[in-house]
Amino acid sequence: MHELSVTESLLKIAVGHAEKADARRVTDLHIVIGDLASMVDESIQFYWDIIARDTIAEGATLHFRRVPAELQCNTCGEKYHPTDKELVCPKCGGVGAKIIAGEEFALESIDVE
Amino acid sequence: MTQKISVVENILNANDRIAQENYTRLENAGVFSINILASPGAGKTSLIEQTLPRLKDRLRVAAIDGDIATSIDSDRAAAAGALAAIQINTGGDCHLDAVMLHGALEQLTLPEYDLLIVENVGNLVCPANFKLGTHKTVLVASVPEGDDKPYKYPGTYRGVDVLIINKIDLLPYVKFNMDYFERGVQVLNPGVKTYHTSCTTGEGLDAWADWLVENAKKRRFSP
Repeated sequence: MHELSVTESLLKIAVGHAEKADARRVTDLHIVIGDLASMVDESIQFYWDIIARDTIAEGATLHFRRVPAELQCNTCGEKYHPTDKELVCPKCGGVGAKIIAGEEFALESIDVE
Repeated sequence: MTQKISVVENILNANDRIAQENYTRLENAGVFSINILASPGAGKTSLIEQTLPRLKDRLRVAAIDGDIATSIDSDRAAAAGALAAIQINTGGDCHLDAVMLHGALEQLTLPEYDLLIVENVGNLVCPANFKLGTHKTVLVASVPEGDDKPYKYPGTYRGVDVLIINKIDLLPYVKFNMDYFERGVQVLNPGVKTYHTSCTTGEGLDAWADWLVENAKKRRFSP
């Protein structure tokens, strides 16, 4: 349920940018979420519908772009997508990797009128 | 007319900024600070209870306990020897955030302490997203939780500086493959400092307490 505080931040950022652009209304938000960020789209949407009421972003559509987790093996350099049961490198069995994607959690852009 | 505005802003920026403020404040006061994460029942509070007597006459400790309700944990920390114990009731929130810690720090005269222990709400998902601004993050895992936790909660396991594997005395009684567990940890967090502890037998607790003393002293006396 950390999505509530997160959705409040999201609203603040979106409204802030819209006001700066003298927009009357925010119609769409484009959000990117990495699979390692532990954020649930439906939950953000649920809170959004409640907290955006009576703001210039009321009724805006949320678009989520999910980014799968991707690791790069520290031993052989192989890039791979880990599963929920095994994290080691599928090519060399190496333990120890850099996370190269999947931690994103950002508001990329908004559409305003 | 519809117009697109590029934003590209990390949604947790506001929290991260306050966390940075907390960090500066702790650093300036010379207080070494840790954020303890764990699932409910892993033994966070017991660990703190068993650690405090080992720090007696070595460090002046303040504790901040986050819980959804009740002050049971801060009462236990105070009884075990924390000079100050502050309870943050999150009122239903599943994690502490930087603003909550900021408020709790206001209530402490920081230079009077060498070590600040922040006990987060028992939860392996949400707290990982909210930096608090402490120097180190410590994760308490426990043997009965099972060896698959690093695979299920990579977000938490990858971000910690110290891993405590608690209730180690239960290893003979539960199905827990230490190799599988540690492999998952090492992929995400290579070389993370690890202690095997038991609050029942006392195993590993002296070494863990020594680590705290060493780090707190470094901060206190370094220029």
